[in-house]
Amino acid sequence: MTEAASVSRERLYDGPDAGAATHSALAQTWSDPPGWRGWFAAINHKTIAGRFIAATFLFFVLGGLLALAMRWQLASPRTRAVGPDMYAQLFTMHGTTMMFLFAVPVMQAVATYLVPLMIGARSVAFPRMNAFAFWIFVMGGAFLFIGFVAGAGPNTGWFSYVPLASADYAPGKGVDIWAQMITFTELAGLLEAIVLITTILKMRAPGMSLSRMPLFVWATLVTQCMVLFAMPSVMLGSTSLILDRLVGTHFYNPARGGDVLLWQHLFWFFGHPEVYLIFIPPLGFISTIIATFARRPVFGYTAMVLSLIAIAFLAFGLWVHHMFATNLPEIGKAFFTAASLAIALPSGVQIFCWLATLITGRLQFRTPLLFVLAFFFILVLGGLSGVMLGSVSLDLQVHDTYFVVAHLHYVLLGGAVFPLFGAFFYWFPKFRGRMLSERLGRWQFWLFFVGFNVTFFPMHWLGLQGMPRRVWTYPEGMGWDGMNLLSTVGAFAIAASVLLFIVNVARSWRHGAIAGADPWHAGTLEWTIASPPPPHNFDAMPVVQGREPAWGARPRRAVSGLAADAREVLTTSVRDADPLTRSLFPSPSLWPFISALATTALFVASVFTPWAVVWGAVPVALAVIAWFWPGRAETEQALALETKP
Amino acid sequence: MSVRPDPLDVRALPSYAFGRLSLMWWGTVGMMLIEGTVFAICILMYFYLRGIAPAWPIDAAPPDLLWGSVNTLILLASLLPNQLAKRAAEREDRGRARLWLVVCLLFAVAFLVVRALEFGTLNVQWYANAYGSVVWLLLGLHTTHLITDTIDTVVLTVLLFTGPFEGKRFVDVSENALYWYFVVASWLPIYAVLYLAPRGGT
Amino acid sequence: MSAAQAADNYSVLKPAGVQAATILTLWHITLGVCSIVFAGVLAALLFAVHRSRRGVRDNHAAEGKAAAMQARPATRRWVAGASIASALALTGLVVIDFMTDRALSRLPVADALHIEMTGSQWWWEARYPGRDGQPGFAVSNDLHIPVGRPVVVTLQAADVIHTFWVPNLHGKKDMLPGRPTTIEFRADEAGTYRGQCAEFCGVQHAFMAFGVTAETPEQFDQWQAHQAAPAANPSDDTATRGRDVFLASSCAGCHTVRGTSATGNLGPDLTHFASRPTIAAGTVPNERSVLMQWVRDPQSLKTGTTMPPAALPESDLQAVVHYLASLK
Repeated sequence: MTEAASVSRERLYDGPDAGAATHSALAQTWSDPPGWRGWFAAINHKTIAGRFIAATFLFFVLGGLLALAMRWQLASPRTRAVGPDMYAQLFTMHGTTMMFLFAVPVMQAVATYLVPLMIGARSVAFPRMNAFAFWIFVMGGAFLFIGFVAGAGPNTGWFSYVPLASADYAPGKGVDIWAQMITFTELAGLLEAIVLITTILKMRAPGMSLSRMPLFVWATLVTQCMVLFAMPSVMLGSTSLILDRLVGTHFYNPARGGDVLLWQHLFWFFGHPEVYLIFIPPLGFISTIIATFARRPVFGYTAMVLSLIAIAFLAFGLWVHHMFATNLPEIGKAFFTAASLAIALPSGVQIFCWLATLITGRLQFRTPLLFVLAFFFILVLGGLSGVMLGSVSLDLQVHDTYFVVAHLHYVLLGGAVFPLFGAFFYWFPKFRGRMLSERLGRWQFWLFFVGFNVTFFPMHWLGLQGMPRRVWTYPEGMGWDGMNLLSTVGAFAIAASVLLFIVNVARSWRHGAIAGADPWHAGTLEWTIASPPPPHNFDAMPVVQGREPAWGARPRRAVSGLAADAREVLTTSVRDADPLTRSLFPSPSLWPFISALATTALFVASVFTPWAVVWGAVPVALAVIAWFWPGRAETEQALALETKP
Repeated sequence: MSVRPDPLDVRALPSYAFGRLSLMWWGTVGMMLIEGTVFAICILMYFYLRGIAPAWPIDAAPPDLLWGSVNTLILLASLLPNQLAKRAAEREDRGRARLWLVVCLLFAVAFLVVRALEFGTLNVQWYANAYGSVVWLLLGLHTTHLITDTIDTVVLTVLLFTGPFEGKRFVDVSENALYWYFVVASWLPIYAVLYLAPRGGT
Repeated sequence: MSAAQAADNYSVLKPAGVQAATILTLWHITLGVCSIVFAGVLAALLFAVHRSRRGVRDNHAAEGKAAAMQARPATRRWVAGASIASALALTGLVVIDFMTDRALSRLPVADALHIEMTGSQWWWEARYPGRDGQPGFAVSNDLHIPVGRPVVVTLQAADVIHTFWVPNLHGKKDMLPGRPTTIEFRADEAGTYRGQCAEFCGVQHAFMAFGVTAETPEQFDQWQAHQAAPAANPSDDTATRGRDVFLASSCAGCHTVRGTSATGNLGPDLTHFASRPTIAAGTVPNERSVLMQWVRDPQSLKTGTTMPPAALPESDLQAVVHYLASLK
């Protein structure tokens, strides 16, 4: 088809034979508007994701600085750099920041960038809601840190057990701010889950059936389904805590029929799946990176997918292993031991499949692969200490000691942060169009790997020697001094490695080697388009014929017939991705941002007075109605493109 | 060099569709899963607290049956105009859809008023004890859904009168009806928990 | 006490009682199994790296072939075999975990010593029952138990969640407000073992330690009889004056000294205060100069403690301290 034939009436349509005019029309259509207004009205998924990733990385750095302060204090038993109350705020803020403001959101943020590119879509579903979720997240995190800096930081731990966190023992606003931050971040997380699930199920390119979906997309789908069922638990728990503290309810007050363990159940029913929300997406990173740098698809696709699903289900059946020291019935605890060990099996299957891929592939030892290989050391070690903790008897000795601190950092950094850095190195060229420095990458990697083990391995021993968690200092003469000092040295090495990463990004931003579309010769769809991608991602939507479409036969088939001057998106069927509709997507708008401001006002004010829930709801309602209300121009455009079902 | 395969032309595809074929349906179902989980967990909280209490309700009579039962009937009855509005939307009959939505709103006024009366006859305050707290939480959560569903329906109804209008608005009406079903369906177990459970057993 | 000694009397790895010893056995087995698995995974990884370095060089044009690679039967067998081996190992671990849990719950408790412990921010109270005509009594922060006899400790919390933990003797048990519970253990070797609160309970969670001295039954009976006795009468004038100041001032409102009119129960029982090695739940040694500072200004030694400073003139303060030091 010639270009002339692809233009009918005054409208340009996309297609594999469309020319430069169509491509620039597409780019124009999907761009964010210019100027300051445009900055707040932007809804392009790559723009929002970029901001989202930057925000979560900022929280990662802040959380790391808090950790450095903690390690400084613990380097020697005589250090009095901070007092007990400030230390309590430090460890509360560190855990809260890392878990709620970095680890879970960054996975969603990266997914909102990558998933459309990997499935052959021009956008995420509900792009305005995606923007709203980002703003809510950022405002919630800011609320927490503003409170901390203003002297109202929470100080009852990131898990905030009652009754310590009740109004009687934690006066002031710190815990209320913490609990409301949870409302912010869980609202954002839940909305992002709806965005991602809908995108993955309904917006895949034709031919990308479920069994051809990249493993990272599977990992994201499984994770986001977990979000729907996990996050409500902590939202209810934290809301009940605020209610107890502010309006006199008695959910957690044993004197009036409440129960302190109710909090623990509500928190950990969320909290255990939460670590899998953090762990499962990186399993997707690892599959992607191993496939590329072993130059072969991951062995055992079906087993890999079933393992992901098994992990997701089992994750909901483990939470009581955080409560083994309580007076719950022993027979109940035994069930959770069995479940906690059972979940090691699907994780193990994935590891064996990856090892098989590595052994039978032809490895290229680039930086992304190095970070992924570290997973096999660090995460596996952490998983094994997890098997130890799954036993009630063993847990009763090492629970609430530095042994657990060692375990959780081994699984979280080994299982999520190392693969995340691998993902940054892998996809930065796509995001920015330039390569990160391999040399700096290797330096960062080795400094991080060695520093990490120096920091956290001694903590296993410290726990066995009785050092409890959450202590601002420790007595001299316990024999803990040397290990603590070593740990602190390692922490600074980790900090140095992160600094190297920041330097690498800063230098490569403008001066990195030009990446081109496909620097790694990888198999997934994002590598078939330019780096960085144009605003509309794909000049023509691909028609997918295999699991690694970029490794597939050429020339590739494509879709034609979507308007280039309107935000038309192809929706497809769930199982086989058969084309269904041409859906017109909303254009940029200030209303998500304004609604987020109104919602923030509601949430913040209700920490100070319950009536805010009533009058604060009014601006939120108005803003959301204005957001939804269709404009004349957009309706006319829709009517011009309308085809009835 | 092989010949480039023919492109897959999608120009003739519809620009909107009903039910599972629409993105809005999936968004609505996602919300239902979330909110359903919230209700389920809150109900579990109720039974958890009941399980550790020596007597239940704690220091209070069970909520009066009258207004809760009346509201259950009103909510169930509202499903009829709701379904008729949904069907009219799926037949793209703007006039009928408008009409039945207005009827839905009349039911909404009724159930919101009766809900206020329900709060008044719970026979316990939220600050009295854990029983009172969980009863108010459960009823409060459901009421929030009644209010937001009502506002959604008002906005859609006005939009159907004033425009700007396009075919996709019919999908919005259909999905709103789906959510209305959810709000009514989720009430049934909550009604049983709040009003019937404290009367059964010891 | 040297660091090595300190390490020995507060360690999971040095059991002095049957419960801790049972858990340590499980630890050794689990550590062994996990080490083998870890070594196996590392070996496979190193094999993959080694094979690749020796193998084919970069070949950009090969990705077409990569995509067409089929799963070889040998690979499938290895993956399946490793998965089955893992399942078996995990099942084995679950079985020995259950066996250990059961063993811990089956400690014979005939003729057990019953102690009631209450955790508060940031100290411990242990109530011993009366026997043989001796009344019951309360001690703080320093327990004694007889070697070889089971001990059943009832655990309660006065304010927030605390955790009772003496690693040489047993694992932990939470003290939950509103949910009393018990822990059962037995010391099989004489010695003094350190315990510490193991659930974050507020600003001075780090300084909430206690001691458990396991001694021969005869020594224990002596100790118990001594503790059950009322406080020693002051032996000199300063001590007498100290006692009078103590009873007249706010001290008696929070503390009990049996045999006097001081019956406060907000703070530790001080009847035999001078027989304890530490003040403030293991925070500082029980020496006169330290005691002076503690009574004068507790915040200076343990910020956030609920004990208010004694608003006493210096000479009264010295007399009180002299009196307390006489309460052996």
